[in-house]
Amino acid sequence: MNNFSVLDILLVEDDKDDLELTLHALRREHLANNIFAVRDGEEALEFLYCTGRYADRAGSQQPRLVLLDLKLPKVNGLEVLERIKNDPRTRAIPIVILTSSKEECDLVTSYHFGANSYIQKPVDFDQFRNVIKNAGLYWMVINQLPLSNPADAAMAAGKP
Amino acid sequence: MVPVAMRITREILLVDDNPADSDLTREVLAASSHPNHVTTLLDGEAAIALLRRTGPYGTARRPDLIILDLNLPRIDGRAVLAEIKTDPELNQIPVVIFSTSHSAQEVARCYELGANCYLRKPVSLSEFFSAVQSLDEFWIGFASLPKQEI
Repeated sequence: MNNFSVLDILLVEDDKDDLELTLHALRREHLANNIFAVRDGEEALEFLYCTGRYADRAGSQQPRLVLLDLKLPKVNGLEVLERIKNDPRTRAIPIVILTSSKEECDLVTSYHFGANSYIQKPVDFDQFRNVIKNAGLYWMVINQLPLSNPADAAMAAGKP
Repeated sequence: MVPVAMRITREILLVDDNPADSDLTREVLAASSHPNHVTTLLDGEAAIALLRRTGPYGTARRPDLIILDLNLPRIDGRAVLAEIKTDPELNQIPVVIFSTSHSAQEVARCYELGANCYLRKPVSLSEFFSAVQSLDEFWIGFASLPKQEI
């Protein structure tokens, strides 16, 4: 590990099975080394803004990508998304919605609020794993993220 | 097994002033297993006119996905991106930046402006093909896109 242990993915997921499956698929394909999981919307916001349980966390270490479920306890995913995208400190962090919702209004609202992408979780186990593998490959390897490497992360953290 | 709803023909707006790049991009998309129709425009002004359905674009179909180069004549790609993402009528349309720029600042700035993602245009032909295939596979194959009214 280097001095700047960049967080690759913040995973916000309350369902234990989905959480395990997503972590397993990402790690198995070596798509993300450093993944942190939180279990509800309130914890996600505390993590990102270094408050509450995460008051001691270094705010300079933001995730390169957030995978966000919509139906979450305490603070729902849409509200988490809106908060992140309306705050200049966190606006550039890519948020990919990962949800079982089939509601068209969830889809449209997510994109209106600035979600970078929206993926419906398949019910089937193998399809779910395939979707995570493809999404992980696309976002972590093929696509350019705002925080591309530790040096960039350190530089970005130095900005006001 | 793909649900019927996902087999609809996706309208893709490609904004790129380099004919070699846009021809290649269209060639890859034409070979896609996901049905699509690609409209190619050469400058930012035309892109905004199409999206707002002004001038010759009064009956244009709203795109499901926009592939946007950054260095464009008339109105550049960054300004087009900012226009789209500050317009509540348009901001739900995913915009994929597809640019030769390798600058980390450029990438960060595009995300600040609301770009949905940022792909570097590879120099080699095979990597270019592969990048467009990945774009198509993720955005049309795996991601959910808002329904656009005609």
